[in-house]
Amino acid sequence: MGKTLAEKIIAAHAEETSEVSAGDLVTVKTDVVMANDVTAAIAIESFRAMGVGEVFSSERIMLVPSHFTPNKDIKSAEQARTLTLFTEEQALSHRFQVGRSGIEHVVLPERGLVLPGDLVVGGDSHTCTYGAVGAFATGMGSTDIAFAMATGKTWLKVPETMKFVYHGERQPWVYGKDLILRTIGEITVDGALYRSMEFTGPVIAQLPMSERLTMTNMVIEAGGKCGFMPFDETTKTYVDARANRPYTPYFADEDATYVSVHEFDVTGMEPQVACPYSPDNVHPISQIKPEKIDQVFIGSCTNGRFEDFAIVADILQKTGREFDPNVRVMIIPGSQAVYLNILREGWIELFTIAGAAVSTSTCGPCLGGHMGILAGEEACVSTSNRNFRGRMGHRDARVFLANPAVATASAIMGRLAHPDEL
Amino acid sequence: MKLEGNVWKYGDNIDTDVIIPARYLNTTDAKTLAAHCMEDIDQVFAKEVKPGDVIVGGRNFGCGSSREHAPISIKGAGVSCIIAESFARIFFRNAINIGLPILESPEAAQDAQKGDPMTVDLAAGTITNQRTGKVYHASPYSPVVLAIIQAGGLVPYARNILGITS
Ligand code: SF4
Repeated sequence: MGKTLAEKIIAAHAEETSEVSAGDLVTVKTDVVMANDVTAAIAIESFRAMGVGEVFSSERIMLVPSHFTPNKDIKSAEQARTLTLFTEEQALSHRFQVGRSGIEHVVLPERGLVLPGDLVVGGDSHTCTYGAVGAFATGMGSTDIAFAMATGKTWLKVPETMKFVYHGERQPWVYGKDLILRTIGEITVDGALYRSMEFTGPVIAQLPMSERLTMTNMVIEAGGKCGFMPFDETTKTYVDARANRPYTPYFADEDATYVSVHEFDVTGMEPQVACPYSPDNVHPISQIKPEKIDQVFIGSCTNGRFEDFAIVADILQKTGREFDPNVRVMIIPGSQAVYLNILREGWIELFTIAGAAVSTSTCGPCLGGHMGILAGEEACVSTSNRNFRGRMGHRDARVFLANPAVATASAIMGRLAHPDEL
Repeated sequence: MKLEGNVWKYGDNIDTDVIIPARYLNTTDAKTLAAHCMEDIDQVFAKEVKPGDVIVGGRNFGCGSSREHAPISIKGAGVSCIIAESFARIFFRNAINIGLPILESPEAAQDAQKGDPMTVDLAAGTITNQRTGKVYHASPYSPVVLAIIQAGGLVPYARNILGITS
């Protein structure tokens, strides 16, 4: 019987068995355990309560301050300090300090800290992002993370897998973001609940790593446990330039068992937008009222990579336009490495002249933390992944999720806009 | 163990951002979190919830982020258990791990109305709606989940299996 990627990677990490199938409950070894400033604070408390002195490995635990950092207030500062102290106390070899890191889901793949075939658990729901490099990666809460920090293990139910196949020709201005929004729109926010999502097909084969990361990032928005991109030359080139330890790529078997197969023909597909207040309220941009907006946020672990800002820079350079003076445009690189690269390209100057506020890396407005909170009457186009009520500020604020090109066009026009309108 | 309380009823896809908005995640204090629980969809809940009350949700309750603050705020508010048609995966684990009882029963969730008096027998896995007299059986737990519940949460469970007594 053929196996899915989730079954193969879980089997390779399982304690008492060498073969698993969907539905099995297994204890597995973890390769990487991650938490951020919000989740690590509780994880460290739970770790202490478990009475364990030392973490299972000082090399495989990554505590990344990202949400309320640079510390936005005293409480956040106290919280972030628990990470710094714990990192020192346990002599963790990977340090992620403000100014030198960024959002965990941008930083970990970028530094080759999560690799193909790894089993990763993270105290953040978007840990599923690492499936783009071929890792089994899933989000958990703080106490589960504490258990993994203490033992290097966790328990899992082997998920069933849904397969998503994309064919056809992508139109200009259509990216991985649009494919995943369209997919979530179709299967809804609990369409992949407890399941693994395998993405494949000729359209995926052509996607660069940045867009693959965008897609696996949003697996959780369909309720998914994990997601996978196939390992190919694109993955190999990306990973080999970064990895400092050996890795094992896995491939799904031809005869693996899938609970469902979803085929998409992307030919003629427009940029997609998720309207308030759910990531599955997705419509093609031409079918949405071009409403006036107050803010645009370009960044986050979904679209905060170099290639995302290249799209923004390209539009500004080609059109010679500036952002609408009535719109607050927040441009926030997903990591300090991205920041430095866009600085070197001259884009920070370009964005600033066009009227954007460019900041150091942080999750910031994505979760309504800081750096661009919305008022009740306001509307925002955001390249992030969630538009729940209250997510970016006031409960009545309206957030439209889109790709970086739509966000840029909207920032220029002062309303939801298709890049072709420029 | 028997739980008793009145129903607070919510719909499908109640996400962790409405259970406890991110703006409050710079603290881990259960009482502070409880004071803001559900405030973006229900401004009376945190003020009027009584110890023992039961939250009833629809499909995919607790979707969204991995914040353990979500079940912590609900537990901190005095809620004795959550009944829903289905739960988001991370929320389910988090609730079990911190010792907040959580039961899946589509029928019980659909039939319940705001204010209904409910009795839950955790050992038997039964839910009784005292208004209608109807008894429901919740989906059984997997063996690991049951072991964590019996230990009183993941921290005591971990201490047991690691043999830590101090
Ligand atoms: S950018 Fe947003 S979604 Fe990503 S980790 Fe930060 S808060 Fe979460």
